[in-house]
Amino acid sequence: MIMPLLRRLGQTVFVLFGISALVFAVFFATPGADPTARIAGRNAAPQTMEKVRKEYGFDRPLPVQYAIMMKKLFITRDLASYANRGELVVPEIMRAAPVTLSLVSGAAVIWVVLSIGMGVVAAACKGSWIDRTLMMAGLVGISIPVFWLGQVVNLITQNRYHDTWLFSWVPGLGYVPFTQSPCGWFLALVIPWCVLAVMFVGIYSRILRADLVAIMGEDFIRTARAKGLSPARILLRHGLRTALITFISLFGMDFAQLVGGGALLTEVVFGLPGVGRLTYQALNSLDLPLIMATVMYSAVFVVLANALVDAAYLLLDPRVRDAH
Amino acid sequence: MPTNTLSPPLLDVHDLCVSFTSRGQVVPIVENLSFSIGEQEILGLVGESGSGKSVTAMALMGLIDAPGVHVSGSARFKGQDLLGLSGKQMRALRGREIAMIFQDPMTAFTPVYTIGWQIDEQLRAHHNLSRKQARTRTVELLGEMGVPDPANTANRYPHQLSGGLRQRAMIAMALSCNPSLLIADEPTTALDVTVQAQILDLMRRLRTTYGSSVLLITHDMGVVAETCDSTLVLYSGRAAETGATQDLFAHPQHPYTAALLASIPPMNGPRPDRLPAIPGTPPQPLERPAGCAFAPRCTYTHASCLPAPPPTFCTVGPAHKVACVLPGEGNPLPKRAYTSATPVL
Repeated sequence: MIMPLLRRLGQTVFVLFGISALVFAVFFATPGADPTARIAGRNAAPQTMEKVRKEYGFDRPLPVQYAIMMKKLFITRDLASYANRGELVVPEIMRAAPVTLSLVSGAAVIWVVLSIGMGVVAAACKGSWIDRTLMMAGLVGISIPVFWLGQVVNLITQNRYHDTWLFSWVPGLGYVPFTQSPCGWFLALVIPWCVLAVMFVGIYSRILRADLVAIMGEDFIRTARAKGLSPARILLRHGLRTALITFISLFGMDFAQLVGGGALLTEVVFGLPGVGRLTYQALNSLDLPLIMATVMYSAVFVVLANALVDAAYLLLDPRVRDAH
Repeated sequence: MPTNTLSPPLLDVHDLCVSFTSRGQVVPIVENLSFSIGEQEILGLVGESGSGKSVTAMALMGLIDAPGVHVSGSARFKGQDLLGLSGKQMRALRGREIAMIFQDPMTAFTPVYTIGWQIDEQLRAHHNLSRKQARTRTVELLGEMGVPDPANTANRYPHQLSGGLRQRAMIAMALSCNPSLLIADEPTTALDVTVQAQILDLMRRLRTTYGSSVLLITHDMGVVAETCDSTLVLYSGRAAETGATQDLFAHPQHPYTAALLASIPPMNGPRPDRLPAIPGTPPQPLERPAGCAFAPRCTYTHASCLPAPPPTFCTVGPAHKVACVLPGEGNPLPKRAYTSATPVL
């Protein structure tokens, strides 16, 4: 049990090194482009250029440059934004991370609960109008672009119907920290949560239904029925439990990429100052240190989450446990 | 062990028909099948793939729930008609009174639970037992089935056990509630020959240790000869011949049974150059002939075989019946040259 987890941890460190080297190479070692000029921004003064060159060690060999960069990112954490002069990049991300985490966690709770409910009910009523209605609703959810849905919801709750009894509770766009007011935090996030969850509910419920329907045709389900178990127990304890293995590995990856900044559109539409919006701003102003930092942050997250998913896999599937 | 003819049989199946509707056509899978199993009797249900053996078993267990499938006839089990029971009543019988084991022990257990957990589950579904009591019984059962170190094996996952052990665990699970009837659907097909012999030996002992009757479904005449008291031969969804295994092997009356037995290598006498084979393939359910289903492949086919309805059972000996026109026409098949009824294994 311990050995596979340790091995996994070693792999994680190795993958993180690979990604960081790759990101570094893309941004700072691409031939033909002077990284100094890119970091310093457009029309920088020669003094600034000289300062940047010395600070990042661009007059020294590549491995040294890489080491300096990693030191500035992870150890001294004094990598500064060049579009927004003097703003340190790492604390900026650290400030944005809780916002994204709040948004994504809430949405994840909604989408896991709803999609398991919808998937199980649809699989239990396979072929009936309930099944068809739920799966059609799921398809609609997948097809609606999140930024469009967000804008429409904003239009309704912030503008058109804001003064009616239905939506008068909706606060203005923006984020309220949990530590400041848990209630305000919840009210500010509940609509973004739902909007972000819609697409995932659609995808996950459809996948779960398909998995369950396939599993219900397996031999072991026939055995469970021959044992005289109730249909609910067969569906949940034997069917759903087995289907959850795929479900959870999928969930881990989606959750990680969202926490890593993938909820960019939702954050922009709802004015939430999260990692996604930070990336969006950095891309708009071509702020290379910030882009570098957000990409690294995202990569770290995805790799860590992947390791967590694998650990969960070991717990969930005894066959995988023995394969190691 | 001979059947006690005075008491009613444990299971009496009468006119069982299973059909399903496909593209507006009714496809008959099993037609007018009747048989009975006495207390502690082992009945062998023999037939080729697609002859309706497994469908018969599934129908008796009430496990067929695909849309468009129609099951008719009656199956009286301890005074109740299995085919007329509600889902809930059937669930109470399943696993408790009638248990089933399946062909492939590799896939028959849920992969994410231990063997012991799954046997406990069945015990607790039918009896009011605590977790601990159930586990004690589970370990006991596994031990009785010849599983080494049963307490530890109970905590292992299905993929960690060999095929033979898994099938033993499967039988332990099936017997956990002391069922009166065990339906075994090709229990040895997926196992290698030595393990096969052990499992068959185990099944033969069940009736004395557990008092269970067994419906053994197989396509292997050798397994039947070794294990079963009586035999029912199915061909293309219809009963071809039934009788005590000894009689049936010594004096098969249906050309299909005779051909099946002839295709087994003889243990004594001159070694044949080539084993006789039955030409052709069994008909698809939709292309089943109106008369005798075996007629297109039979060497004795003549005019009276062809028209509908298919030949009905005629009695040719005590409890020995055959669905063939030959005995009725005064031309029964000759006795087999060698009568040793244990040809293989």
